Amino acid sequence: MEMKNEQKHSSFFKRLLANPGFRSFTAALLCILIGLLIGYIVLLIINPANAGEAIGTILKNFMTRNSERLRLKALGNTLVKTAPLLLCSLSILFAYKAGLFNIGAAGQYVLGAGAALYCALGLNLPWYVCLVAAVLAGALLGAISGALKAYLNVNEVISCIMLNWISLYTVNSVLKDFCPVGYKDTHTLTSMNPSAVLPTLGLDGIFGNSSVTIAIPIAIIIAVAIWIILTKTKFGYEIKATGYNRNAAKYCGMREKQNIILTMVIAGSLAGLASALLFLSDYMQWDINQSSIPAMGFNGIAASFLGGLHPIGAIFSSYFIQHITDGGSSLDTRFYPVQIADLISAIIIYLCGFVLFIKLKMIKASGTIPQKRPDMAAEIKHDADNKKGGDK
Amino acid sequence: MQQVMLLIQYTLVYASVLTLVALGGCYSERSGIINIGLEGIMVMGALGGALVLGHISPELPGIVIFLLAVLAAMVFGMIFSLLLGVAAINFKADQTLAGTAMNMLGLALAIVIVKALNIAASGGSNNSAEIAYTATREKLLLAQGTEFSMFMVLTAIILIAAYILLYKTRFGLRLMACGEHPQAANSVGISVAKMRYAGVLISGALGGIGGLVYITAGVSKTNFEVGVAGFGFLALAVMIFGQWKPHRIVLAALLFGVFRALANVNSGFDFLAALNLPQPVYNMLPYIISLIVLAFTSKRSHAPKAEGIPYDKSTR
Repeated sequence: MEMKNEQKHSSFFKRLLANPGFRSFTAALLCILIGLLIGYIVLLIINPANAGEAIGTILKNFMTRNSERLRLKALGNTLVKTAPLLLCSLSILFAYKAGLFNIGAAGQYVLGAGAALYCALGLNLPWYVCLVAAVLAGALLGAISGALKAYLNVNEVISCIMLNWISLYTVNSVLKDFCPVGYKDTHTLTSMNPSAVLPTLGLDGIFGNSSVTIAIPIAIIIAVAIWIILTKTKFGYEIKATGYNRNAAKYCGMREKQNIILTMVIAGSLAGLASALLFLSDYMQWDINQSSIPAMGFNGIAASFLGGLHPIGAIFSSYFIQHITDGGSSLDTRFYPVQIADLISAIIIYLCGFVLFIKLKMIKASGTIPQKRPDMAAEIKHDADNKKGGDK
Repeated sequence: MQQVMLLIQYTLVYASVLTLVALGGCYSERSGIINIGLEGIMVMGALGGALVLGHISPELPGIVIFLLAVLAAMVFGMIFSLLLGVAAINFKADQTLAGTAMNMLGLALAIVIVKALNIAASGGSNNSAEIAYTATREKLLLAQGTEFSMFMVLTAIILIAAYILLYKTRFGLRLMACGEHPQAANSVGISVAKMRYAGVLISGALGGIGGLVYITAGVSKTNFEVGVAGFGFLALAVMIFGQWKPHRIVLAALLFGVFRALANVNSGFDFLAALNLPQPVYNMLPYIISLIVLAFTSKRSHAPKAEGIPYDKSTR
């Protein structure tokens, strides 16, 4: 009797392990826990007396505020930055499905910000035109990397990094004419061109925070749209096929070169839109003296991998990454550097490299692979293909 | 004339950085591991070197300061590069992802360490990520008031050693075999994992020294929040342009070095001043040149055939 029970337990556990969603979730949770644990150890090393409180500050973020009103407002601030982070992670995720590593999301984000702010401050255009300009700017940069990859075999990671720096210097010099005299930040939109600020649809009232705009619902709608494109359309299928095996896709009659460029154009548009959603919320201004590339695009890598490379998963992982980043920024700087949160995110990304390995172990633990489950067979096949990797 | 001298000095400084780091990338890729994480390795090496330069007594002889700083940079770089080795060799992880994570991790870790040290030393009032080493840096210069330093001599020695090690020794030939056809190498008894670890560790050591040279180039303090400004990636471009061959890498590094140096000294040249190009154009120049160069050289690239592919014994 007892044995039967045990068998039942183990088969339940095996069935759970056989579920790809459960595997992704568990693997992500494992990465987060290990990342937080290492972060806590670092805090302990730096200053043991306050480490417990500090890790609490990082994890609680807005919940540490004193009143309901302030908590809502701080939550609003986190959400304002979650929207662009989500779009950056979608940009990276979308390109990754086609086998491309879009580390250029950071540069596409920068150029998008430049285009949006130039249209808003230089040309006095309304928000929807600024939004389109940012999307086009990001798409242009993506197209360059995509075309270099498709026609000239230039590694997209390296071309993207070069374009990141070129974009940063370009945007800094273009926007330097739009700063108040003696300041390094561009004018606020509200002071120069209120029509460029994104509409709020009453969301600002709910959060008591004027920066909460339609950016947040837009980002979520786009995440769902990307999910639909990837799973339900022919284009999405071709993209994934190109990602699994570029030569096989070509052999099947897919125009793999055009698909590579189109993928990068879409990825670039998403990253361009990301910055427009942030800067047109008028939450922050562009600092023309910044000499390092904004972290948003790179944090997008963390969010996309932590979300199991799934558009819906990215919504939650983006929020989580932004949550701990904001939590980290309220650390007591007398004791700790605020970059502890960046360190935790970076550790999480590094651990994401082991996710395939963890998943493979879980698949093995779930027993033999039933032939009836083609999705699982495909996943194992994908893992095997990844090991072959390389496209040079 | 003075400006030309200055241009030559800065060109040699930046070419040294790029040569060292690109040679590191070359050793890693020749063994079959793509090392996108060079930028992070440079930052960690810079941290190791800066900690020595910032805390050692400037009374010591220059050569001792030099050796200790280089040693620290190498050790920091090598330890950090193990992250790539473990992920790529033992766990067959995505090398691009692991390398990217290392770049973020290296920067965040360096900032956290330096800030924590500064906070502890100042009792909480100084939370900058800066280390200064004016006096010790001067000891490393071969001639005061110039940029000629012991690092250039070291780079020349390493360059020659790297060439000989790669082409004239059993170790080098075996290493290259693992990057071209690991199955064949393994079938004659070469341990692919050991060779790849060797490649990654050498890239860690050279990348670390490169980071140290970068932070001493014309400045005597460094703010880790800025990192190394994409030099790790420029070095990868240099490596590709140099077709994974040490003797070509140094020529590519000199070319890139000139353009990077122009960003520092362009205002001194009359014909450049006459062009009236804004400073950001000069800042962008190395990156633009590297894009153009890559566009022309990537098509017929001689990349190691097995790079980026985790070795699986069952495919032998």
